[in-house]
Amino acid sequence: MQIMSATDPPAQFDEVVLPHLDAAYNLARWLAGNDHDAEDITQEASLRAFRFFGGFRGGNSRSWLLTIVRHTACTWLKKNRPDAIVPVNEDQLQEIEDPAGPDPSAAFSGADAKVLQTALEQLPAEFREVIVLRELEGLAYKEIADVVDAPLGTVMSRLARARRQLQQCLSRKGDWK
Amino acid sequence: MNCAEMHPLLHAYTDGELDLVRSLDVEKHLHTCPACATLRNSILSLRSALRSGNLAHPAPPALRERIRRDVAGVNTEPRPRPRERRPWSWQWLMIGAAAGALFMVALPPAGISPGDRLTDDLIAGHVRSLMAGHLTDVVSSDQHTVKPWFNGKLDFAPEVRDLAAQGFPLVGGRLDYLDGRTVAALVYQRNKHFINVFVWPENKPDTARRTELRRGYAVMQWNAGSLHYSVVSDLNEKELGEFADDLRK
Repeated sequence: MQIMSATDPPAQFDEVVLPHLDAAYNLARWLAGNDHDAEDITQEASLRAFRFFGGFRGGNSRSWLLTIVRHTACTWLKKNRPDAIVPVNEDQLQEIEDPAGPDPSAAFSGADAKVLQTALEQLPAEFREVIVLRELEGLAYKEIADVVDAPLGTVMSRLARARRQLQQCLSRKGDWK
Repeated sequence: MNCAEMHPLLHAYTDGELDLVRSLDVEKHLHTCPACATLRNSILSLRSALRSGNLAHPAPPALRERIRRDVAGVNTEPRPRPRERRPWSWQWLMIGAAAGALFMVALPPAGISPGDRLTDDLIAGHVRSLMAGHLTDVVSSDQHTVKPWFNGKLDFAPEVRDLAAQGFPLVGGRLDYLDGRTVAALVYQRNKHFINVFVWPENKPDTARRTELRRGYAVMQWNAGSLHYSVVSDLNEKELGEFADDLRK
């Protein structure tokens, strides 16, 4: 539970929401793919969060904000960059995997950041967002399920497949030892 | 446990998301299976590469300032009406509703109170939900799935209760539009009868349950905890009353 010590809405917003602005921007940046769009999305999502703030009853403010960011990003991208959204269903996600990929058990060490960044950018959005939420933001499975609006089992399988794809991607670039 | 069964668990284990019993199973397996142990190491090294790779984008300071200013600005304006927050597709509905309201002002229909109109709207909402095959946006009998689904879609958090033990299993939830605002609709079932529970915030003191019967439908309404509840169904009044009481407990 968040303790709301301040009573006026902007001060509460500062205490409860703004501490998660880095996480919000990071998610928006990875979904949008560039700084400019990410700033627009984060700004819009923050305003929505502020307006919906009356509906926030304590609890996990980071998941709450990230849910709004993701929702805003989807709507924003659909409206402004419809080509950026490629809807895929779970079956297709399965097919994207390279069945004849390299041995996923190969040990990984020190791919340079650029290669890793490109590999993450190339993941389907459904995979990219779970990696960002889990590995970069450290969310628990349950929190990720809330944010991406999917059952826990789906989150687990997306995460496993996202990692496998990243590893395959990296090994193709010869960064496996 | 064989390796194929082990792989999905390995991710959860590495993420610290596995319960104790299954964690012990995984640990036992890792001691005897070099392939799975290597896979676990690769998950760990991918993680450390991702975390040390400077891949997180922090919010630019200028953006933070802009949002602070925005929020301060919003707050000095009059509180936004719910309709201003609605996506543009609702605007046509609002125009329609405004035109309708004008018409009603011009020709006040005798004997129709706002309460009557709301009752009609509630029944219409219930019937529409069954006709359009759009009873639920989120289908789940699990209250812990339905409640989070509303997160970020509404400016309030409806309570979602599991009443399966009382003979009213939860079917799911959806967003609906009633009385000029977006509302939460929870759907329960009793045998072949569906029950719509419409919930929206209303700053009024708690009230007792009141019942109206109209065209074979029962509508029960009450206020509790600054929320308004409307229950609509073609279920008989007695059983719907039991449902309403279970919901209010």
